[in-house]
Amino acid sequence: MRDPALIRMLPDGRRLHLHDGPIDLIIEASGSPKAISAAYEAAARRFVSILDELCSELPLLRSRTEKDSERPLGAAAQRMFAAVEPYCEDCFITPMAAVAGSVAEAILESMTVAANLERAYVNNGGDIAIHLAGSHRYKVGMVERPDSPSLFGSLEIAAKDPVRGIATSGWRGRSFSLGIADAVTVLADCASAADAAATVIANAVNLPDHPGVTRIPACEISSDSDLGDLRVTRGVEPLSQFEIEAALGNGLRVASLLQEKHLIHSAALCLQKCVRVLPDSFTNSRCFCRDGFLKPSAPEINTQFELTGRTNPHA
Amino acid sequence: MPDVFPPDTVRCDACPVLCYIKRGHAGACDRYANVEGQLVRVDPHILLDRAKSQGTPLVPFLEREGDWDGKIMKGQETFVTAIGAGTTYPDYKPAPFIVSSEVEGVDMVTVVTEGIFSYCGVKLKIDTDRHLGPERNLVRAQGEPVGHVTTAEYGSQMLSLGGVHHLTGGSKSEGRITCETLLELCNGKEVELTIDDGASIRVAAGKPPVVNGQREERMRVGCGSATIGMFAKQWFGKVDDVVVVDDHITGVLSEHQAGKLLGVRETGIAIQGRRSTPGRYFQVAEPGTGWGGTNISDPLTILKPFKPKFAWPHLRLLMVSTTGEQFAYYELDEALRPVEKELPEPLRESVGRIRENCEPALTTVLFMGGAGGSLRAGVTENPVKLTDSVKRKLTRVTCGGAPAYIWPGGGITFMVDVTRMPENAFGYVPTPALVAPIEFTLKKADYAVLGGHVDYVRPLADVLKEKERQRQLVSHAQNPWPLKPHAGSSES
Repeated sequence: MRDPALIRMLPDGRRLHLHDGPIDLIIEASGSPKAISAAYEAAARRFVSILDELCSELPLLRSRTEKDSERPLGAAAQRMFAAVEPYCEDCFITPMAAVAGSVAEAILESMTVAANLERAYVNNGGDIAIHLAGSHRYKVGMVERPDSPSLFGSLEIAAKDPVRGIATSGWRGRSFSLGIADAVTVLADCASAADAAATVIANAVNLPDHPGVTRIPACEISSDSDLGDLRVTRGVEPLSQFEIEAALGNGLRVASLLQEKHLIHSAALCLQKCVRVLPDSFTNSRCFCRDGFLKPSAPEINTQFELTGRTNPHA
Repeated sequence: MPDVFPPDTVRCDACPVLCYIKRGHAGACDRYANVEGQLVRVDPHILLDRAKSQGTPLVPFLEREGDWDGKIMKGQETFVTAIGAGTTYPDYKPAPFIVSSEVEGVDMVTVVTEGIFSYCGVKLKIDTDRHLGPERNLVRAQGEPVGHVTTAEYGSQMLSLGGVHHLTGGSKSEGRITCETLLELCNGKEVELTIDDGASIRVAAGKPPVVNGQREERMRVGCGSATIGMFAKQWFGKVDDVVVVDDHITGVLSEHQAGKLLGVRETGIAIQGRRSTPGRYFQVAEPGTGWGGTNISDPLTILKPFKPKFAWPHLRLLMVSTTGEQFAYYELDEALRPVEKELPEPLRESVGRIRENCEPALTTVLFMGGAGGSLRAGVTENPVKLTDSVKRKLTRVTCGGAPAYIWPGGGITFMVDVTRMPENAFGYVPTPALVAPIEFTLKKADYAVLGGHVDYVRPLADVLKEKERQRQLVSHAQNPWPLKPHAGSSES
């Protein structure tokens, strides 16, 4: 039986929670009360059909993207395709690598079209589409492991920065990863691009054939995984400092390549408590602060949100 | 996607992703899993923390870290609900959780299980005077019959949905849609219903009903006649006559006893419909979704020409519905015909007062079900003794910590207000039947006497150690604390 989509305000009365099947969105908009309610209504309206829309093209979205691949028809599906296309000649990738970011982006777009907002975010399980106007900014805390949340760093995005998408990928998350990164957080122009790039970089944080890494064909875990018989990471034993540096170095090389191709602005890679940061491309100042903790909020910064973690269905 | 999949793979139909889930794994959402070849909802097991003070809303607790604050170990502040606990069905085995704790010096036992209810349904109380449909007519969801109109209560229309005859007595799709409708209503979601020869409504527990696309705001304060009685003094001197339009009893100030007592002059007004007693009229129009639950949108249609013998030019007339939502003000012209004018300020106040006195219109959803033999056998080896103990109020019945009203007579048939239960407390099985949480709390000594599964009793501290799947919520502030010894079982 098809469970109906859930649309509700969280108990704090500020944030909107949308849930349907595997999609879980936490949304917050700032602006006039009228604008906020118009934005939330637009988000809910767009949301109720998005899962059905994606599922109608699921076989295509789960197949490997190639230069001459058939293009999907749905608006959100097209974002997915566009986000993974730049990678399709270099590695195995399917549009599903950008599904979370694309959904977040599509919902955010419906909100910003419907209302004049100061700032807004749509957080889809750590893949976040953001809107910033005027002199507004967001401060974001980064979590390396969803199962034991602690911040490994923070970042700040101002309206003048070109960043409008943040995504995190890693083998401990909900999606499968070919790599061993606990978390790779990427800043990009939009959430779908960040999502695809985070997947690719997290896959690259790797030690091929290392005996301490348990890998299982994806289809053995989930029959209909888009990754088929590719071996996905299910366990990583404690690594030596040298191995950690080597794996992070592999990821960082790919990250700087993507930065050169203007696919991402910046990335933070985390493996077994070690963090490597690729400085951002657009300014001398760093978005990422490696202070380990969020500093007390400045007056204009009153929102912190977590990058990872699923929503408690009873929250 | 494989055309043929291994026999121990299940296909989940909870959302359009339609995951194939292997044995021992979860679907893309992590909320449904394949447990022993069966599709199972793996939402967390809900524990309630006693609300610290009255008025604390139900809010989620952050998942607790390993270090308990000692308060929990004492045990009296946490109640293990049946939400997510699992069931005994179809085996006659002890309930999944039989938990002991000491409360105010008394050893208490709570038997916790998710019951599968083939005999169950919901009673809807819909606060509206609008006519939803003739009594006994079918209520449909997605075209399938899921219940019927029972009666009207004061200011409300009553529907009965579900029940065994719709769940399993009709066609397959009737059963499926009925189950889906009940599940959504019980979990607080909105459903759309249509009534044969009646209205189309959208209802959700604790929310205002929407009748034929119109959101109901307020309940009437009284019938038309009662409204005349309540407000006669406030109208006297400001207007010559008032008609309160109501599908049940339309009231007329100048003819009504309340008007007579004040000395309101006869106005020569004449009303359509059947006069009951002076100033009180039945059936001024057909029932409908217009003024005061009638089918009229122009109130003048219920007036016959004014009697020239009594009426006079410039006579002032207020017509208003029982909720004050509709109103119109007229003055008679030289030919004694009412001409609509703007409502004068003093009258505007009285119309506002009617509206103020009308409470917010809501839909109430009461889940009603009967605890079957296998459920009761999960509590005790001798099920009738459980029934007896519940009747004697030695055993308290709660649903997800919310108090249940137990019907007098045989069996354990109960009702519970779904808005007092934690969110998403209900599930379903494809039988079709609803899965609802049910907890039986009683003194440990009494539990032994009624033949309880005493060997399966575990201390609360033990249960709390299994943290992986647990989620702690604060109990609903209006609910009596389920573990409190000696309280009756039927408070609500």
